[in-house]
Amino acid sequence: MPGMDTLYQVSALNTAYAATIDGDRLEDWPGFFHADCLYKITTAENVRRGRLAGIIYADSRGMLEDRVAAIRRANIFETHAYRHVIGMASILNEDADGIRAEAPFLVVRTMRDGQMTLFAAGRYQDLLRPDETGALRFAERVVICDSPRFDTLVAIPL
Amino acid sequence: MDDGATILNTHHWPAGISRVPFWVYQDPAVLRAEQKRIFEGPVWHFLCLDVDIENHGDYRTTFIGDMPVVVVRGEAGALHGFENRCAHRGALIAFNDDGNTKDFTCAYHAWRYDLQGNLCSVAFQRGVGGKGGMPAEFDLRQHGPRKLRVDSIGGLVFGTLDPAAPTLEAFLSPPIVAKIKRVFNRKLEVIGRFTQHLPNNWKMYAENIRDTYHASLLHLFFTTFKITRFDQAGGVTISPDGAHHASATIGKGIETQSVYKDQGIRSDNEEFLLRDDSFLASNPEFGDDIQLQNVALFPGTMLQQLYNSLAVRQTVPRGVDGMDLHWTFVGFADDTPEMRKMRLKQANLAGPAGYVSMEDGCIGNFVQRGVAAASDEIAIVEMGGYESESQNTRATEASVRGFWKNYRRLMEI
Ligand code: FES
Ligand SMILES: [Fe+2]
Repeated sequence: MPGMDTLYQVSALNTAYAATIDGDRLEDWPGFFHADCLYKITTAENVRRGRLAGIIYADSRGMLEDRVAAIRRANIFETHAYRHVIGMASILNEDADGIRAEAPFLVVRTMRDGQMTLFAAGRYQDLLRPDETGALRFAERVVICDSPRFDTLVAIPL
Repeated sequence: MDDGATILNTHHWPAGISRVPFWVYQDPAVLRAEQKRIFEGPVWHFLCLDVDIENHGDYRTTFIGDMPVVVVRGEAGALHGFENRCAHRGALIAFNDDGNTKDFTCAYHAWRYDLQGNLCSVAFQRGVGGKGGMPAEFDLRQHGPRKLRVDSIGGLVFGTLDPAAPTLEAFLSPPIVAKIKRVFNRKLEVIGRFTQHLPNNWKMYAENIRDTYHASLLHLFFTTFKITRFDQAGGVTISPDGAHHASATIGKGIETQSVYKDQGIRSDNEEFLLRDDSFLASNPEFGDDIQLQNVALFPGTMLQQLYNSLAVRQTVPRGVDGMDLHWTFVGFADDTPEMRKMRLKQANLAGPAGYVSMEDGCIGNFVQRGVAAASDEIAIVEMGGYESESQNTRATEASVRGFWKNYRRLMEI
């Protein structure tokens, strides 16, 4: 049984992750990941069927930084914001490879005109390892959305 | 009756194919007429992949416009398709995305259909204990869901409801068939499926996938990051009837600023460089220099080859001001692990979050909202002239005109 300390650290990381995206501090978002990492947004159906593609697929922190740069400088979309509600994480396993954890999430999207939508619901499937300072970082974060359908577009990461 | 003539009683459309009135994106009567004349008309619609229904009894459910349909693999590899509507009281016959079955039994009152959609039994047809049951003259063979003609090309399964439609290959035309077969040349494998809801009339997306003019103007990813695409040539091949198009970008691949960085040449502004451009490595796999090929099939299907990112996009209208875009990302069954990894990384380019496609998710909605009070105003579609012939430039709206040419013909509007 993993200790409360692990659960606390993972929960704190999730809270900080949500606050970073929702607070529009996207430049800090890649910092939650190791230089070698996997970040992917996919759906429960794809996972169930062993289909590996995602709508965002990054296998390095550099690719995450590029995502942010593209959102800031290149891509065109209407201003909107997310509000993540991340549930209590489950610590599935902890060994030399790292901590395997899972947490449910809801994301509400608020548009410029005030329209609010339940934009995504699902679970994070994570592999966490400490960085050189001892702080937990994501070696893997797979965002598994319950719905196969995405409204309009996905610019800001989930 | 919602047909072109009735619609024109209350609406005006200037002659020709280079002007489009905005009411076509707004009027529910137009959408109803489209269901009859385009979706159920002499047009072949993409339904699924051959590999989705590989084995006897495999089926998949999808849509032709508003109409739910079932596509089935029958005996000896035969393809069948029929409306997903029970002949009794109209319930869905199959209500899963896919599956494998010996036959289909409607959940409501257990009327049973074979794999071809023929009604083969009615529960309690003779009643129970001599009471009830169907009238003696009720003939199973006279009842059943509407049947589709189904055919496939390059592993892509298409269906049409119209017995008078030409063959699939004739409908597509030889130049378009050649473009399809260039990419879809061996066994496919699905690597991901996603649906993107677009808050716009479906025809705005049908125009968008034919609109080669907007690509470098709306989608700024490549230019922002100074990704030099050695696109020496390109152009648009349009089927003789104007219905379908294939755009190609021909070149020696792409070169990113990191090439210059590696050579010690500093860029003016390093913050506009990609940190990890490994996903833009060029791996030609079709034996030619065509880097990008987008095939738009009438009315709303797009077959995408964006470097090594291969996908089929299927348009399903959802009311007059919405649509679902079904993305099926594919690779080949014989992909090397390296090629498969490249496809996963290049899926970043196009999709609901695609670097060079996400804008298409909102741009139709900008139009839908922009024209809210402008039903009787018109859009201008005159880049590259007034016709819909093939052109050796992408700064043209010829393919968009080709869409409207066929739309007006089928709608008789
Ligand atoms: S609706 Fe299908 S059996 Fe009654
Ligand atoms: Fe586009």
